[in-house]
Amino acid sequence: MMGWNGHRWFFLMLILAGAILVLVLRSTMNDYILSIVCFAGINIILAVSLNLTNGFTGLFSLGHPAFMAVGGYVAAILTFPVARKAMLLPALPAWLAAQQWPLLPALILGGLSATLAAFLVGFPVLRLKGHYLAVATLGFLIILQVLITNMESYTRGPLGLNGLPMMTNLWWVYLWVVITVYVCWKVKHSSLGRSMLAIRENEMAAECLGVSLAGTRIMAFALGAFFAGVAGGLWAHLVTAITPTSFSVVMTFNLVVMVVIGGSGSITGATIAAVMLSLVSEVLRPLEETMEAYGISEVIIAIGLLLILIFRPQGIFGSQEPSFLMKPAQRTLNSK
Amino acid sequence: MDGYIAQQLLNGLILGSMYALVAIGFTMIYGIIRLINFAHGDIVMIGAFMTLGLVISGKISFPVIIILVFIGGALMGILIERVAFRPMRGAPQVTGFITSLAISILLQNLGILLLTAQPRNFFCPDYLQTIYHLGPVSLRAIDLGIVVTAVVLMIFLVLLVRFTRLGMAMRATAENLNVARLMGININRTIMLAFAIGSGLAGVAGMMWGGKYGQIDPLLGFVPGLKAFVAAVIGGVGSIPGAMLGAYLLGFGEVLFVGLLPPIYSSYRDAFVFTTLIMILLVLPNGLLGGKTEDKA
Repeated sequence: MMGWNGHRWFFLMLILAGAILVLVLRSTMNDYILSIVCFAGINIILAVSLNLTNGFTGLFSLGHPAFMAVGGYVAAILTFPVARKAMLLPALPAWLAAQQWPLLPALILGGLSATLAAFLVGFPVLRLKGHYLAVATLGFLIILQVLITNMESYTRGPLGLNGLPMMTNLWWVYLWVVITVYVCWKVKHSSLGRSMLAIRENEMAAECLGVSLAGTRIMAFALGAFFAGVAGGLWAHLVTAITPTSFSVVMTFNLVVMVVIGGSGSITGATIAAVMLSLVSEVLRPLEETMEAYGISEVIIAIGLLLILIFRPQGIFGSQEPSFLMKPAQRTLNSK
Repeated sequence: MDGYIAQQLLNGLILGSMYALVAIGFTMIYGIIRLINFAHGDIVMIGAFMTLGLVISGKISFPVIIILVFIGGALMGILIERVAFRPMRGAPQVTGFITSLAISILLQNLGILLLTAQPRNFFCPDYLQTIYHLGPVSLRAIDLGIVVTAVVLMIFLVLLVRFTRLGMAMRATAENLNVARLMGININRTIMLAFAIGSGLAGVAGMMWGGKYGQIDPLLGFVPGLKAFVAAVIGGVGSIPGAMLGAYLLGFGEVLFVGLLPPIYSSYRDAFVFTTLIMILLVLPNGLLGGKTEDKA
C-alpha cells in the first residue's frame, strides 16, 4: 500500500519518465517520427478534454473541433510574423497587425478564447440533452466554419493561413499533455468531478442532492473547450497551416472514437485510445498512398468502432482508472 | 421583380421536395426507435450513384430507374438496420447515435475507396433537360419531374400509413413499442419496414439531387442529410406531415435567404440553416406538428 506521499512520488516519477522519453525521442528520432509523436500527444489532449463533457458529464458534444478552430486561429494570428501578416492579411486592424507573440501566451489566449466561445454557446445549447445536444453542437461546428470562411480580413477565408512559424515541438506538446491530464485527473477526483458523474448517472437524483446542473455542465464544457483551444494552437503550429476545413466532422468522429474506445469517463482509457488511434492511422497512411486506397483508414476505424459498440459498449476501461494509479482511499470509489 | 420572386419560390419548392423525401425517413425512424440516423444522408449519395450506374449501363427508362433506385435504397436501409442497429437495440440513445455516425463515415469512405473522391458528371436524358417557360418563370422538365415524383411518393406514403394494416402497425409501434409488441405486432418487421421505406425515399432523393445539380461525389449526402434532419425538427420529429411541412418551409427559407438578401450574405446559407435548427430546438422543441412533449431540453 502506498501512502499519500508515496502516491505523489509515483506521479512525479511518471512525469519524469515521460520527460526522459521526450529527451530520448528528440535525440534519436527523425522529424517525421517526432511529428507523429506530437500528433499523438495533441490527440491525448483532445481526447482527455473531450472526455470531461462526453465522458464524465454525459453531455454528448460533437463541437470539440470548433473550439480547436477558435484556439487555432487566435493563436495563429497572434504568432504570425508581422511582415507576413502585412502581406497576407492587409485588412487586419493595426493594433492586431503589430502583434507577434511567443507560443505560450498565444496558446493560452487561444484557449481562453475557446472558453469564451464555449460560455456563449453553452448557455443556450446546454439545455438540450442526448442526441439533440449532439446535433446542436455539430450545427455550431458548421456555423463556425461558415463564419471563419467569411471573416476574410482576419482569416483569409477559405485559403486559410499558411506558412505559420513551426513553433510546436515535443516539449510543448508534452507540457500540455501533463497539464491536461493533471487538471482532468484532479477534476475527476474532486467534488466537481463527482457532480459531473452524478449528472451523467441520474440527472434528477443529482439535482435533488443539490448539484447545480447548469453550473456543472457549463464548467465541464468550458474547461474542455480551453484545452481544445490550446490543442488547436499546438496543431496549427505543428502543421504550419490552418484552413476552415482543417477542423471537420471527420475530426469530430475520430475524437469521439477515442473517447468511446477508451471508455467514457476514463482518463487512462482516453489517453491509451488516443495513442492507439494515432498510431493506427499513421500505420495505415502508407497503405493508402501506395495502394491508392484513399479512405481505407477511416473505413477500418469505423468498423472497429462498430465492433467495440456491439461487443464492449463500455469501452476498454469503462469509467475506471487502473487501480495502481489510485490513492488507496480512492480505490474503493473506483470499484463499482 | 415579381418574376424573380416567383422563380425563387419555384426553386424553394424543388429543394423542399428533395428535403421532404429525406426528412420523412429521418422522422419515421426516429418516431419508432428514437434514433437520429446520421447515415440517412449517405443513402442519398448511394441513390445518386445507383442512378448513374443504371443510366450508364443501359437503356432503362427513367420511371423504371426510380423504382429500381427505391428498391436499392430500401435494401441498403434494411442491411444497415440488420447489421448495425439491431444489435444495439436497447442500448442508450447516444450509442445508437454514435453507431449511425460510424456508418455514415464508413459509407462515405467506402464511396471514396471504390469510386474516388472526384466529382462525376451526372447524365440525364435529353427530354428531361427541355426548358419550359410558364409566364415569368422558366423550369426544366426535370424540376417538374422532381416535384411531381416527390408529391406522388408522399401521397402513397400517407395512404400506406393511414389505411393499411402495415401502416397501423407502424403508427402503433411509434406510439408505444412495448404495448405494440404485446398486441402481437412484429416489432422487428415494423422497424425494418420503416428503414426500408425511409431509405428508399432517400435513394430517390439522391437520384433527384444528381439530376438537379449535375455532379455527384461520395460526400454529397452529408449536408443534405443534416438539413433534412433540420427540416424534421422544424416540423416536429416523429411526425410525417411535420417532416413534409418542415422540409418545404426550410426549402423556401433557404432559397429566399439566398435570393432576397444582398449577395454577400449568400455564403452564410448553411449558417442560417443550422442557426434555425438551434433556435427551434430551444424555443419550440416539439416543432410545429410534433404532439408529444419529450425529453429534449
